Order: sequence, then C-alpha cells, then structure tokens
Amino acid sequence: MPISSKDVQYIAALARIHIPPEKLDLFCAELGGILKYVEQLQKLNLDDVKPTSHAVPLTDALREDIVRPSLDHQEALKMSVEQKDGCFKVPLVIE
Amino acid sequence: MSPHCLTAHALLDLFKSSKVTPQEVFEDVSARVKLVDAKIHAYIHPAQKPSFAAGAFPIPIGIKDNLCTIGEEITCGSRILKGFRPPYDAAVVEKIKRSGGLIVGVANMDEFAFGSSTESSCYGPTFNPWDLSRVPGGSSGGSAACVAADEAVWALGSDTGGSIRQPASFCGIVGMKPTYGRVSRYGLIAFASSLDQIGPLTKDVTDCALLMNIIAGYDERDSTSVNVPAPDYTKALIKDIKGMTIAIPKEAFVEGLDPEVRKAVEDAVALLRKLGAKIKEVSLPHTPYAVAAYYIVATAEASSNLARFDGVRYGLRVSPKKVRKNALIDMIEETRSQGFGNEAKRRIMLGTYALSSGYYDAYYLRGQKVRTLIKGDFDAVFQDCDAVLTPTSPTTAFKIGEKTSDPLSMYLSDIYTIPANLAGVPALSVPCGFSKQGLPIGLQLTAKAFAEETLLRIAYTYEQNTEWHLTKPAI
Repeated sequence: MPISSKDVQYIAALARIHIPPEKLDLFCAELGGILKYVEQLQKLNLDDVKPTSHAVPLTDALREDIVRPSLDHQEALKMSVEQKDGCFKVPLVIE
Repeated sequence: MSPHCLTAHALLDLFKSSKVTPQEVFEDVSARVKLVDAKIHAYIHPAQKPSFAAGAFPIPIGIKDNLCTIGEEITCGSRILKGFRPPYDAAVVEKIKRSGGLIVGVANMDEFAFGSSTESSCYGPTFNPWDLSRVPGGSSGGSAACVAADEAVWALGSDTGGSIRQPASFCGIVGMKPTYGRVSRYGLIAFASSLDQIGPLTKDVTDCALLMNIIAGYDERDSTSVNVPAPDYTKALIKDIKGMTIAIPKEAFVEGLDPEVRKAVEDAVALLRKLGAKIKEVSLPHTPYAVAAYYIVATAEASSNLARFDGVRYGLRVSPKKVRKNALIDMIEETRSQGFGNEAKRRIMLGTYALSSGYYDAYYLRGQKVRTLIKGDFDAVFQDCDAVLTPTSPTTAFKIGEKTSDPLSMYLSDIYTIPANLAGVPALSVPCGFSKQGLPIGLQLTAKAFAEETLLRIAYTYEQNTEWHLTKPAI
C-alpha cells in the first residue's frame, strides 16, 4: 500500500514527532517500502487463527497488596529535567 | 597467555590456584581496553572502578547500554537519554554484582536496539574486531565486539529479533537468547516487551552456561518472568549427542544465503551427523513471513514503549523556538524530534501506523496471528526433534554504511533469528567457520521453551570437536 506525505504527517503527529517538510519524501519512500514488504502477510488466510500477544501463556501475575519500601521520592526526582515542590515541572498546559 | 585472552572458566581455575587475583585480571582487561578500544569503539564509556567485593565470579564483564546500572550513565545509545543515571540496578546487574562481577564498561548498541549493525548509536558505530571496515552486527554490537577483542571476558546483551545471536555470529563468539521469561527483564529499557530477552555473549559454550547460571531465574518484579526453577546449566556441558535429532528446515537454505555461509553450516551438519546426531529435514512453512510479522509486532510495541520519552520527567528536554500547537505538545514534539535518530523515528512511526485506527486489523492483528502460525511450526517440529539448526545470519559481517540507506535490507539480515523471538523459544549462535576473507560464520540452534540445556549440549559437543572458537582476531 503506498503511503502519502499526508499519511506520514498524520502518523508523525500521532507519534508526537515533527517531520520537517524537506524530509517528508524520504520518510514516505522508506515507510512505503517497508509496508510494501509487509503486504505479503495479506496473502495468508488467517480467519481461524488466534492472535498471539505473548509466547508464554502467563496470566494474572499478581502479588499480595502489601505496602513495602520502594524508590525514594527524592531519588525518583533526581533525574528530572525540572522540578518544583516535589513534582515534575512541565510547560504551561492551560493558558 | 595474558589474562584478558582467557575464558571465565580458565580464569576461575587460576583464581582457585591463586595464580592471579581478580584485581590483576581487571587491570589487565582495562589495559587492553585502553590499547584497542580507540579502534573498536565497543564501549561508550568505562564503568566506575569496581569494589572487588567477594563473590564466586569476579569476572570482567561488558554491560549493554540498555541495562540500568546505578552510578553509570545509561542511554540506550540515544541522545534522548543523554545524562540519565538510573536510580536502581537491573535484576541481571544486581545478580552480576552479587556474584562479584567486575563491570568494565557500558557497551555500545544501536539506538534503542533498533538495528543489526550498531551504526545507529548516537555515539557512532562500533567496528568489527575481525575487519575494522565492517560492522560487528547489532544491536548488541558493543557487547559482542568487547568479548571478541578481549576487552571483557564476557558480556550481557539483549535480543529482540537476533540482537545477541547475529553480532555473536559476526564477531566469532557464542551468544544465546534464552527462553522468553527465563531471565528477568526488570531494569532493561524496553524495546518490544513481548520479544525482548537478556542473554550472554561469551568466548565459548562453557562460559555461556556459567553466565546463565548467574542471570537465570524467577523475579517477581518482572510480571512475565516464569516461575520455573533454573537448572545448573553446566550440567548440560556433555560431550555427546548420540541419539539426538537435529532438524534442518528446508526454508533456511534459500536464495540470499551466502554460499560460504551455506558451506560452513553444511559442514557443521555433516560433523554433527558423524558425532551421532540424527539429521532430519523438516519444514517451518511460515518462517518466510517472520520478518514481516516481526516488523509489525515489534514496532507496534516499540511505539508504545517509547512514548514515555517525552521530555517531561527525565532525559532530554528541548523547548521549541516558536509555538506551533501549544507549549507542552511543542516541547514534546521538539524533544522527540531532536532526541531520536532516524531509525527510531521510522520504527516509532511504523508501529504507530500499524496500531492506528483503520489499520489495526490489517497490520497488528495479522502480525499477531502469523506469530501463532510460526509458534505452531516450531511446536510441530519439536514433537520429534531436539533442536532446529540454521545459519545465524545469511551473510558474514557487512561493510560499515553498506545497508544504512536501505532499512529493509538491514531488516532482512535478521531473517534466521527473528522466528525464535516470535515463538519465545531459546536459540544460540556458535562459531562454525570463517569465510575466505577471514570473517567469522555462526550457526544457530533453536530448541523448545526452557530447553537451553539441549542447545548447550549440542553446541558444546560441536565446539569440543572443532577449533573455530580458539582463533582470535588480529587487531
């Protein structure tokens, strides 16, 4: 399936990646090439096949809900780009 | 022979007889790094000097740049994580430290493990110790090269589609991807969570078993870790394969396979037959679809996993010069655009596309269904065969830059390794020869889930009857 530069812009926006206009053609060609290769999957009849999301069938890996020591608050914030009052600080969201 | 040239088991023998101390070995390996790493660039940076605390395995080790290690800068080969110092140790790093392991350095890798050549690292490529104009394979190229160049005695890598086995093959060493769930992924920076698995890169099969003994086992902090006791893998080092059945899939010997690789693998099959294995031709009919299914499933998971790199909490944050949408979204877009390299952007976008409304059924769901078929192919073969044998890679190490402009041709270099990740089964690469140009060739053995011991036994028997693993590159 060919992919248009409009499609690339749409996916880039979903993925929160900014593609400058001069690079759109390159991404179009590369993604188009890979999608064309992937098209071979359409040849298979998969109507009765169940999907596999994990190779090992594990379910409900739960533990007892008991409070126990974890990463210290200050330690967790140590790598933050910007912090204020013990929280991560981000640019203004609502003006 | 200098200590840095030795295997871990040889060093352990020397420690026992007090012929050398772990500190002396570490210093010897560090000197080797200083001598050759300017040429190889296996490491991004040296690790902090170890404490030489007591432990049964004081062995110098290289750690891939995606394994969280306290005190080290860990970046997944990406600009977006520059400066990140994890506040905790990955489960495997914890185990290495507890066993007395001596971390030499943080090994180079393709950005976020996206690649088969270690060229997409933001730090620049690693060079193959056997031929500096060639790639070491990837994405664990730094881990493979540091072992092959004697800059570490062994190393840890991660394997999502072949990232341990293919570089092991290109660098002439042993590499194993254990069964999915066998080794805890806690503290491994995720690429594709249903495929990623940590594993050893070593100079021989005995070391592979020893390193597995350190890292394997259940961990409640990884919800996909399987609660099955880990055996003593050294018990599988048996020099006898009489009566074992090795399957040769006819799909593996097709167009695109380098004639020299084919010849080396066929010679290995002949030797295994001579050593008493029963060789059986089989079919894995859906493996030709594995690469296509993989690039849907893996990129879909990657697009989701990498959504966390947004400049909000840690890593890079880039504030845009002018506002396009709003201050927060612009910051996220600018950070991701400048922080991720081209291959990361391609894979994130491919995965986003596969998961997007209207395309989910046609791509992601189809990819997952093909995964079921591939797993079924293996299940059928393992009914009456102990292992499947194929080449590890269709070619020997390619030239630096040869495939960077053609992402699809790079993806196809993982054609033999990807099926094991999709099926979750263990697979191992062991050296089986050299090309006329002197480049290493590897053969891959795959077994059913949790049958790592079968792989070790066959590989050990083969290795003990050949000398490929004893040859060293001239650097």
